[in-house]
Amino acid sequence: MNLNPLSFLFGSSPSDQVVPPKGNAAWLTGFASAAMAFIAVFALTLSLAVGRLADYWSLDLARTATVQIVAEGDDLTAQTDAALRVLRTTPGIESAEIIDKSEQLALLEPWLGSNLPVNTLPIPEMIDVRLSADGPDVASLILRLKAEAPAASFDDHNTWRTPMLEASKRLRLMVALSLVLTALITIIIVVLSANNALASNQNIIRTLRLLGARDSYIAHAFVRRITLRATLGAALGMALAMIAVISFPSQSATSGLLSGMALSGADWMYPVLVPVLVGISAFTASRLAARHHLHSIT
Amino acid sequence: MISLKNAGFSYGARAILKDVNQELAAGSFHFLTGPSGAGKTTLLKMCYLSLMPDSGELDVLGQDVTKLSREQITEMRRRIGVVHQDCQFLNHLTIRQNIALPLLVAGKNIEDNMENLEDLLAWVDMSHRADAYPEEISGGERQRLALARAVIMDPDIIVADEPTGNVDWEMGQRILTLLVELNKMGKTILLATHDLNLIRAIKGRVPASVLRLKDGQLSLAGAQL
Repeated sequence: MNLNPLSFLFGSSPSDQVVPPKGNAAWLTGFASAAMAFIAVFALTLSLAVGRLADYWSLDLARTATVQIVAEGDDLTAQTDAALRVLRTTPGIESAEIIDKSEQLALLEPWLGSNLPVNTLPIPEMIDVRLSADGPDVASLILRLKAEAPAASFDDHNTWRTPMLEASKRLRLMVALSLVLTALITIIIVVLSANNALASNQNIIRTLRLLGARDSYIAHAFVRRITLRATLGAALGMALAMIAVISFPSQSATSGLLSGMALSGADWMYPVLVPVLVGISAFTASRLAARHHLHSIT
Repeated sequence: MISLKNAGFSYGARAILKDVNQELAAGSFHFLTGPSGAGKTTLLKMCYLSLMPDSGELDVLGQDVTKLSREQITEMRRRIGVVHQDCQFLNHLTIRQNIALPLLVAGKNIEDNMENLEDLLAWVDMSHRADAYPEEISGGERQRLALARAVIMDPDIIVADEPTGNVDWEMGQRILTLLVELNKMGKTILLATHDLNLIRAIKGRVPASVLRLKDGQLSLAGAQL
């Protein structure tokens, strides 16, 4: 059997002639592979998006914190200065900067709209804190802030970050399981399709055996055709899925799961692997099915 | 060429062949007769290696076939031409392509054998139908096509199962004449038939023996023709 994948799929082979060009399962393999590849690419994209979000939550956000000061007038200014002093003298804190009012308003705009007079709202002062790799002693920092700036509250995002990280891990696990199930279904469809093709050509196979055709010769004709259909179907499904993925709004990973459904850089390699893996699976599954079937024929 | 020693075969509990002993010499011509269900087809299948005996020995072309691997059996089948009453053809291939099929599956170059192929088409009087498809030809033409396909690999043995069963008397005679010509070229012929007129018709044209299969036993029926 030809083990050069491209030559095996697209080269010419004398054994091609012996199998009728159309069979009952001809469209089934291609369609099923296209559908499975489409689902697989979406699952992969979702997995990558969840991964990016989880990385952001676990790495980038883990080294940030926010201090919020709720006060009014001069008290707000005094407590903000006091909080900044505490933060900038605490080991484990790389920087502490007041978040600009316009930046705060920009963050609120998606929820409150652009026409609302947000300037009139009692917006608290916010301090963006960058932590070092080791981070500060949070308990003592909170105590110092309470003593010197009672209106300040320290938030290291752990309250919501931890369950979100746990949820993202679960989601990735489910996506991985979905991919495995998709692969299994594809293999099952290919095996059924191969068995169908072999059974519907039983007379031809018996005739070929009688004329002195080796099992490998007969199997080659079926395996090649099924592998080609599965690979081309998967390539079509992958292409359609990638078009769908490209059509998603392109935003940064930080902006959310759905808007982060995009591929970038080396991520594009993963969907391309889908038809290759489908081709390998189809080749292996149909070859085993053909071998098993042919051995039952004398 | 073919040697059966105490060969037996059963379908489940039903014994079809019991202790069959027979030697078919190289270049000999044999008719195999017997009532329907006597096991003629089973015996032929053993001779073209589609079935193996349950007991006893079967030597074909000097080799004990029960000891051959699947690949070796495949190789040996290329040296045995088979003609069935209801021959199977690949309906998506033309007559010419069907005749060339044994060459194709054996990995031989069709172009190198084109002259031989055209000679065979002429020999079975099918040159004018070479580009037709099997479903477009008559029963007699199908039998001649089967015969041409059976001999394209220049086999040592021709096994024919009721090759004249579905054709009229005249066509039966034409097919028989082709088989006699093959025998005169040195091929061993084993032909199963229940048509005694066909056997009588060959009298004087070629030395042939008539083997009768009954109750699982094979015996020589009458004198040699």
